[in-house]
Amino acid sequence: MSSKESPLLEVKNLETFISTPKGEIKPVNNVSFSINKGEIVALVGESGSGKSVSSLSIMGLNASAIQYKPESSIYFKDKDLLRLEEKEMRKIRGNEIAMIFQDPMFSLNPVHTIGKQIAESIVLHKKVKYKEALETALDLLNKVGIPDAKRRLNDYPHQLSGGMRQRVMIAMALACDPQLLIADEPTTALDVTIQAQILNLLRKLQKETGISILLITHDLGVVAEMADRVLVMYCGKIVEEGTVADIFENPLHPYTKGLMSSVPELYGPSKEKLDTIPGIVPNPLELPTGCNFVTRCSYATKKCSQTAPTLLQHPSGNRVSCWNPFGKEGGSAHYETAATSINYRH
Amino acid sequence: MKQQPLVSIIDIKKYFPVGSGLFGKKNHFVKAVDGVSIDIYPGETVGLVGESGCGKSTTGRMVVGLTDPTGGEIYFEGKKLSEYRAKKSLGKNLQMIFQDPYSSLNPRMTVADIIAEPLVLHKVGNAKDRRKRVDELLERVGLDSYHGSRYPIEFSGGQRQRIGIARALALQPKLIVCDEPVSALDVSIQAQILNLLKEIQKDMGLSYLFIAHGIQAVKHISDKIAVMYLGKIIEFADKEELFANPRHPYTKALLSAVPLPNPKMRDRERIILQGDLPSPANPPAGCSFHTRCPVAMEQCRSIDPNLLSTSEQSLTACLLFEDRVAN
Repeated sequence: MSSKESPLLEVKNLETFISTPKGEIKPVNNVSFSINKGEIVALVGESGSGKSVSSLSIMGLNASAIQYKPESSIYFKDKDLLRLEEKEMRKIRGNEIAMIFQDPMFSLNPVHTIGKQIAESIVLHKKVKYKEALETALDLLNKVGIPDAKRRLNDYPHQLSGGMRQRVMIAMALACDPQLLIADEPTTALDVTIQAQILNLLRKLQKETGISILLITHDLGVVAEMADRVLVMYCGKIVEEGTVADIFENPLHPYTKGLMSSVPELYGPSKEKLDTIPGIVPNPLELPTGCNFVTRCSYATKKCSQTAPTLLQHPSGNRVSCWNPFGKEGGSAHYETAATSINYRH
Repeated sequence: MKQQPLVSIIDIKKYFPVGSGLFGKKNHFVKAVDGVSIDIYPGETVGLVGESGCGKSTTGRMVVGLTDPTGGEIYFEGKKLSEYRAKKSLGKNLQMIFQDPYSSLNPRMTVADIIAEPLVLHKVGNAKDRRKRVDELLERVGLDSYHGSRYPIEFSGGQRQRIGIARALALQPKLIVCDEPVSALDVSIQAQILNLLKEIQKDMGLSYLFIAHGIQAVKHISDKIAVMYLGKIIEFADKEELFANPRHPYTKALLSAVPLPNPKMRDRERIILQGDLPSPANPPAGCSFHTRCPVAMEQCRSIDPNLLSTSEQSLTACLLFEDRVAN
C-alpha cells in the first residue's frame, strides 16, 4: 500500500455519546483509523468495546440515541459521511459501502424471495430494469457459490441454510460493486466447516474485486487468517494498531497480549492452566480514571491510574496506547523515554 | 486397573417424530441421536464436538435425564437411568450447565436463592446451613458472598456462568454435563471459566461431559473426545491421539477448518468441505458423511460404517478402516 495514495476511508476523532439518567456513556471515545484501497482491516474487541458502534457510524445506521461530538468526522473519499444529508447517504449506503451482519436470518426479509431482494437493491442504485437486475442477481449467486442458483432465486430465506443465507447476504452486498464492505462478525453464527467456506469466499472475492473490507470480529483466528492490519479496541478506544504480523508476533499492549494468550492452542500439548485477563470489562458509567485497562492490568503503575495514555507510534511499528508497553525483548519495558522522541501520526 | 465407568451410554437413540401420516400415525422421524455409546469414568472429561444439529446437545440432555432416549440405555454407576423412578433423585449426581447464562437463571430470584434451590428441593440442611453452603459455593466460583443478595441482571455473562456453575455444584454431583458453557462468552472470560471448571474438577474429582463446537476449548479441557456427525459418533479418541492422528476424513476437515491465531499459518493447506450438513430428517444412505467427504468411495453410498478400534486409543467409523472394503 503506497502511503501517498489517500485512504479510502478515514475516521478521525470519532466520539459518540449517549446521555442516560445516570450520566454520559461514550461507546466510541476518540477513535481514529483509516482503511486503504484493497485492504482488509480487522477491528477486534470484546462485547461493549465499541466495535459495532464504530462500524454503524460509518454506515450512518446508529440508533438516534447515539450522538456525535462535533470534532468527529468520517471521510469516505472526499465526503464526510457524518455531515451528509440522509438522501445523499442513501446513495452511498448499499451502493459504495455495503455491510453484512452476523445473523443472516434477521437481515433478510422473510416474505420476499432472495432473487427479488437482491434485484431490488440493483434496481434502486443502478437504475436498470427489474428483469436485467434479476439476471445480475443470478450471476451474483453463481459467483458466491450457491449451487443450482436459478432455482434458488425463487427461494425464501427460510429455505436456505445459515451458510447459504450468508452467501446470499454477500451477493446482495456485492450487487452494486461497493468499494468498502463492512463485515460485522460474518461467520460467528456459522459452524466451523461453513465458516471456512465463507472466509474462503470472502478472500477470493476480495482478490477478484480489490474491495476494501472492514472485518469486525472477536475471533483472533479469523483475524489472523484474513486481515492485513488490525485495530484492537477496549472500552471505546483503540489500544493498539499494527500489521497482522506485528500484532500477533509482537503485541505491545498488555490487553492484546492477554487476548492472544487466553486462546487455547489447537496443536501441541495443552497448558494445565490458561492465561487469563483477570476481572471483567468495567461498567461504561464507572470507567476508571487514567487508563481504562488499569483495573485488569498486571503491569499497571501509579501513572496508569492517574493519566490516560494516548495512541502513539512505538519504535517497533505498532501504534499503542499504554504507558508500559511490551518491548521486543518480551518484558514490559519502561517506555517513557521512548515516548518523548515519537510523534503523533495524525 | 479396569475401573467401573461412572456413566455408561449404550447405543442410545433419540428420534423425534415430524409430521404425521393417516390417522395421526407418526411415520417420519428426525434421528437426532442414532446409536451413541460413550463410557465416562470418574474424574475424567469427555468432550463432544460437532456442528449444529449433530445431536450433541440431545445426547447431553439424555444423560442428565432431561429427555428420555427412544432406544438404548444409560447406566449411572451400574444402574439404569430409567430405573430411577423419581427423576429428582438423579439431580444429586447428575447436573448440567447451560450455554446461555442469560436465560438459564430465573431473573426474579436472587443469586443466593438460585444457588440454594437444588438444596431446598432435595431438603439438604436447614436455612442456616444452606446459607453457609451458598457462601462457600460463591467463593468457590470466584464471587463474593454479598453477590448472593443480588439479581442475575446485575451480572455480566461470565459472572452469570459462574452462578450457573455454583448451582450445579450445590449438591456435589458426580457428573456435570456442560452444554456449550463458554460459547456465549468473550475470549478473555472463556479462559477464566475453563480454568475454573478444571480447578473444580481437580478439587472435587467429578467428571464432565463437555459439549461444544469450539474445538480449542474442548481440546483444552477434555481427556477424550468424541466427534459427532448427524447423530452418530464418527471418531472417539484420546485427546492427544485425536489431534496427532485424526483418522476420519470429517475430523480432519473439522480440525483443518479452525482458523488459527497465527498469520504465518495463513497459507497452509486446508480441507474445505463442499456443501452443507444434510438434514437429519433425511440423512443420506450409507455413510452419512459421504455427500461431503473428499475421499468417498462407491461403497460409502451404501454401507454404513461401524465405529471400530483403529488404534489403542481411538475408534473410527469409516470404511477406509474396515476390512469389509476390498483393497
